[in-house]
Amino acid sequence: MTSIATTRTVPSLVPGVVRAEMRRLLRWPVVWLLSGTWMALNLSFGYLFPYLTYRSGDPVGPGGGAGALARLLPDQAPVAVVEGMPMFGGALVLMLGALAIGSGYGWGTWKSVFTTGPRRAAALGGTYAALAVVLVGLVAATFAVDLAASTAVALAEDHAVVAPDPLDAVQAFAAALLIAGMWAAAGTLLGALARGPALAVGLGLVWSLVVENLLRGVAGLLGPLQTVAELLPGTVVGSVAAAVGALPVSEPDGTPGVNTVWAGGPATILAVAYLLAFALATVTLVSRRDLAG
Amino acid sequence: MTEHVVSTHALTRRYGERVAVDGVSLTVHRGEIYGFLGPNGAGKTTTLRMLLGLIRPTSGRATVLGGRPGAPEVLRRVGSLVETPGFYPYLSGRENLRVLARYRGLDDGAVEAALYQVDLTSRAKDRYRSYSLGMRQRLGVAAALLGQPDLLILDEPTNGLDPAGMADMRDLVRSLAAVGQTVVLSSHLLGEVEQVCDRVGVVAGGRLLVEGGVAELRSTRSLVLRVDPLVAAVPVAHRFAGAAQVSTEDDQLRVAVDPARAPELVRALVAADVDVHEVRTADRSLEDVFFAVTAPSNGTAPTSATEISEPSRLNEQGRLTEQGRLTEQGRLTEKGRAV
Repeated sequence: MTSIATTRTVPSLVPGVVRAEMRRLLRWPVVWLLSGTWMALNLSFGYLFPYLTYRSGDPVGPGGGAGALARLLPDQAPVAVVEGMPMFGGALVLMLGALAIGSGYGWGTWKSVFTTGPRRAAALGGTYAALAVVLVGLVAATFAVDLAASTAVALAEDHAVVAPDPLDAVQAFAAALLIAGMWAAAGTLLGALARGPALAVGLGLVWSLVVENLLRGVAGLLGPLQTVAELLPGTVVGSVAAAVGALPVSEPDGTPGVNTVWAGGPATILAVAYLLAFALATVTLVSRRDLAG
Repeated sequence: MTEHVVSTHALTRRYGERVAVDGVSLTVHRGEIYGFLGPNGAGKTTTLRMLLGLIRPTSGRATVLGGRPGAPEVLRRVGSLVETPGFYPYLSGRENLRVLARYRGLDDGAVEAALYQVDLTSRAKDRYRSYSLGMRQRLGVAAALLGQPDLLILDEPTNGLDPAGMADMRDLVRSLAAVGQTVVLSSHLLGEVEQVCDRVGVVAGGRLLVEGGVAELRSTRSLVLRVDPLVAAVPVAHRFAGAAQVSTEDDQLRVAVDPARAPELVRALVAADVDVHEVRTADRSLEDVFFAVTAPSNGTAPTSATEISEPSRLNEQGRLTEQGRLTEQGRLTEKGRAV
């Protein structure tokens, strides 16, 4: 073991913490596995199964067969991007957030990272920036896949290919990103609380898929629970999805997780507030707590 | 710049009722290799974690490179390996170091230099998951070396290394000090500390029991006596100096007391009908020092004597063993598992 000496500091426009976190997240098979799972779910439940149902001649939902086909055409692709996000997409990105923070405790990588120099808050800022890049990529890829699938449907059914309204597309993109961001932030908080991936993912899935739905189910029977159920993070982002055109679960052929409890404005404000609160709580918790593991 | 690279004052960390680190006041001088010696569970790692700002002290204070432990400007000048190395298992060794280099604002040249220093260049492209215990340890040291920090804090750096790897690691640590880097090294291996370190702090039961230069500590002398019968002499010596200060080698009795007390000891032995054939003074080994300061009968020893007397045992090679025992070849085995 001989000592050689050549090191220097690299200046860059992108902070080192962001480049470091991008590097380790984008090379993580788990990120691609979860993204791929979301793509497969989105394509299956957004296009494949509805199209097969339509072809079988037994469609349900508003507008009957014509309505069912209309929802599969390119101008409705933005809605397809966002409708699965409150529940299924949310559960997957929640896992992503929980793993991104929680795994570092098990591997001891937070210990390595927090002794390199940057403040813990800055390092976590890098994690959030890298997660944001992953989520933007995920939503963009979903858009591309859904536009392609809907174009295929239009061509197969001899329909004119009409591009979605740009404003609809931008709103749906922002809504999908907000919903995914809020769930991912919730995941990071669980990862920090549990100081490990397994419990964080387990609790997160039980919460987002089971507890929230149960609470919304019994809320109608128990008055005081009504307010609680309306304020649940899942309820809020479900309203965001409905505000950009997703069919609520209360309608025939509606999507689980989508609801019209809140109007678009308040739902957006609440979802942003949840996202920021989850992230802030995570940073505060991780920064203040001893790292003894 | 301060002459003391690290100094702590009454540094204490409690976990509920348990005191993990109890009023530790130590100083590390610039450019030296400081050995932090003690059995497992003595509070070494907790102290090192406090020096890195990973955990907060309950009371007391510490200064590292003239600043607060854990402050960004301090951490940028400190490289560390605490307990087990922490890396992303799905990344290669090189990619892991590149991630940490981004955090430190270093280029990839620093990564290659560190890999070269620990002799991992040829396996750098393999996933960390596939590394052996020794390779993981070396990568951990490589991460600590990134950017040539002024202070290196290495917690049991030879953990999991084979004898050749241990020797390489000792050479590496010495070469770091030779170019002016300060090294704080924790270890439960007496021989390692004796070979590598300039100064040593002995810790047990959370307390710093003694601190000083290795040569200075060893120069504390003891008396070696050839006596007959030996069995009758031992209890006399025990009463005279305390059981912990007394050891027997072949037919000789070694008593770790001030040589000035030799006449007094001889009188006591003669009074007990023991023939004294020879009395001479001898340097103590670090092992003797260690036992003298950690023994329950010693006045400076911690109150919870069982904590140190039970886990700390030295085998014939002068290495401290407990769960991790050393075989005769010096290869570390753990509960029968060769590593």
